[in-house]
Amino acid sequence: MEVGLKMGMKGGGLNHVGGCEKAKMGFAETELRLGLPGGGGSGEGEVVRKRGFSETVDLKLNLSSKESSGMDANDEKVKVLHKEKNLLPCATDPAKPPAKAQVVGWPPVRSFRKNVLATQKGSSEESSEKAAFVKVSMDGAPYLRKVDLRMYNSYQDLSDALAKMFGSFTIGNCGSQGMKDFMNESKLMDLLNDSDYVPTYEDKDGDWMLVGDVPWEMFVESCKRLRIMKGTEAIGLAPRAMEKCKNRS
Amino acid sequence: MLWVSRKTIKMNYFPDEVLEHMFFFITSHKDRNSVSLVCKSWYKIERYSRQRVFIGNCYSISPERLIARFPGLKSLTLKGKPHFADFNLVPHEWGGFVYPWIEALAKSRIGLEELRLKRMVVSDESLEFLSKSFVNFKSLVLVSCEGFTTDGLAAIAANCRFLRELDLQENEVDDQRGHWLSCFPESCTSLVTLNFACLKGEINLGALERLVVRSPNLKSLRLNHAVPLDTLQKLLMQAPQLVDLGTGSYVDDPSSEAYSKLKSVFQRCKSIRSLSGFFEVAPHCMSAIYPICRNLTFLNLSYAPGLHGNELTKLIQHCRKLQRLWILDCIGDKGLGVVASTCKELQELRVFPSDLGPGNAAMTEEGLVLLSEGCPKLNSLLYFCQQMTNAALITVAKNCPNFIRFRLCILDPVKCDPVTNQPLDEGFGAIVHFCKGLKRLSLTGLLTDQVFNYIGMYAEQLEMLSIAFAGDSDEGMLYVLNGCKKLRKLEIMKSRFGNAALLEDMGKYEAMRSLWMSSCEVTLGGCKTLAEKMPRLSVEIINESEQMEFSHDDRQKVDKMYLYRTLVGHRKDSPAFVCIL
Repeated sequence: MEVGLKMGMKGGGLNHVGGCEKAKMGFAETELRLGLPGGGGSGEGEVVRKRGFSETVDLKLNLSSKESSGMDANDEKVKVLHKEKNLLPCATDPAKPPAKAQVVGWPPVRSFRKNVLATQKGSSEESSEKAAFVKVSMDGAPYLRKVDLRMYNSYQDLSDALAKMFGSFTIGNCGSQGMKDFMNESKLMDLLNDSDYVPTYEDKDGDWMLVGDVPWEMFVESCKRLRIMKGTEAIGLAPRAMEKCKNRS
Repeated sequence: MLWVSRKTIKMNYFPDEVLEHMFFFITSHKDRNSVSLVCKSWYKIERYSRQRVFIGNCYSISPERLIARFPGLKSLTLKGKPHFADFNLVPHEWGGFVYPWIEALAKSRIGLEELRLKRMVVSDESLEFLSKSFVNFKSLVLVSCEGFTTDGLAAIAANCRFLRELDLQENEVDDQRGHWLSCFPESCTSLVTLNFACLKGEINLGALERLVVRSPNLKSLRLNHAVPLDTLQKLLMQAPQLVDLGTGSYVDDPSSEAYSKLKSVFQRCKSIRSLSGFFEVAPHCMSAIYPICRNLTFLNLSYAPGLHGNELTKLIQHCRKLQRLWILDCIGDKGLGVVASTCKELQELRVFPSDLGPGNAAMTEEGLVLLSEGCPKLNSLLYFCQQMTNAALITVAKNCPNFIRFRLCILDPVKCDPVTNQPLDEGFGAIVHFCKGLKRLSLTGLLTDQVFNYIGMYAEQLEMLSIAFAGDSDEGMLYVLNGCKKLRKLEIMKSRFGNAALLEDMGKYEAMRSLWMSSCEVTLGGCKTLAEKMPRLSVEIINESEQMEFSHDDRQKVDKMYLYRTLVGHRKDSPAFVCIL
């Protein structure tokens, strides 16, 4: 799936004038789908996002266990009912995630398990969760950018983000279908012979690789910098990329 | 179930020995209880021949009466605190002490061989006393207990000469840095089960290795996180006959020698059917396990947040015979799809949350629907998720009518169906309607009295019901109490049920084990009335806040009430903050 970003659509807003269906479609495809907590991206409600949570979380779960008058429960319930009925599932303010309310007894997870989780989180945060900022250059662009690879969950996300950053250029597909395509030599040749741009990266060993070969997590670990090359220049990489792929499988 | 005709009862000359022999084959507690009710002579024979007793509430009976009735007792199971104690709703000092039981048993002539405890307070003194009092003691199983340290374990190790089973599941244990493992004497060669996965501290690895070497009957070994992969490999070399393995920390460089040895030793472990542990996990090391996967029936990855995405699904794809799977929600809906297409024998699934805040859970109704489509044998579910729809629940109910246990936990507890904005009454209604054998149910989501109407109508086999943030009025609770004839345990938090529901059918509680209500509408007056009218119930008010003395205002709403039937009156060991009415 080619992802094309039309010129002039910077930022997050839908700049369409009525009737511009194609533009709308195109934008939707390049829509930045960052894995940010608190939602983000579109405000449309048709697709139920996994990260949508109701604003009533704040209200309801702030009940203290000491409440001796149950009236609070009654009022909040009614409020909840109304709110739930009017609320789109994902209409939250992305800039302000609700405070994680602490209700005694909720969620119903054994303390033993909670403690283990907390310990594991603590130690993992020390090691692998630091941001992975890498420089991104594009041939012909006057300046470089920096991205934090840990902000993205997949090649598609990264591709979308890069597309936004660098205006009008086309990135070859980095998803799993794309990986299969790269394995197919003739398709690869076609892709690279276009004047399209192709994302490449320098890995830990100092080699320049084609983006999309390895599983996403492995890529994040090993990528040191990104370079968006002209397709014609990237041909030299392809045979080596093919070799590395073959060795891995 | 034993059917007795009138003819049989007339056979007074039927020798006791024959009856005793027959009763030997009756093992379920329910059946033995029924047998004992047939007639005096059967009661007598049954009680002398009974070896295993299960007591679901340690305060419902006293150790003295237990000993008096069952002199041949060998195995005792005791449960202490109410279930909601798991979620910090019951203060630590509430009760459930095992010491008096051990003391009483030790004084008697009971030859105790097995003790299984759940949610009880177990002190080091109790463990030491236990270890020295019963010569043939063989098996100690502690689940969700607290109050002991590794010193207590050292006493068990040192003194129980014929110990077969030491099984510690999710207990809060203080590690004293003592070398309890070294306390197993050289002569101890009888271990069959050793599970210390819940211990937090360091382990004497050498002692562990020597212990495993001299335990040829070892079938179940579950290590804690302090045991490295290197040691795991050495242990498995000595115990390729293991059936149940819990790894310790499963991290190493895939190119290390230890890892390659581990890979080859796993290939020799042809008996492993159950796998757990993985407290720390290196995803690139999972391929060593693939040879075992094809025979696994139980896999527990619920403490391994480092395992997700492709590595996780690849692993699952090797587990075609899986019957029980415990995982974290990092598996996601798509991952459950992989489970559905691979694990056709799956009966039990538990999906735990990896992040406890609302809005962060990875599972939705889609995963559950996919699962139900692929795994029709599913009968037990625990599912933490972000959201659920009525349509999904209805589909699941129709696809999997064999549910015995169904526990759904939406992390935002009053979330409605996000597609229709309706409460989840219809969805849960379908569950109770189609799953005719349902014994245990936990509900969450936006729920009105209607769901309880359905439960009362359809859930004929229901024994345990857990409710939170649900219902509109007393009607809801009444539907359940009136409808569910087999209800044994009812636990309710933060729901709008009050005195009218509590007091409508008080006799019902004598047919149940217990009732828990916290942050509901019941008042002190209501509880007092109940306690007055029902002397064989113990009605406890648990009041944690120091400022609030036990007010004498009957209109005051009660924070936490726990009531249970008992044959021995009020307990004497309750702390100050518990008032027994």
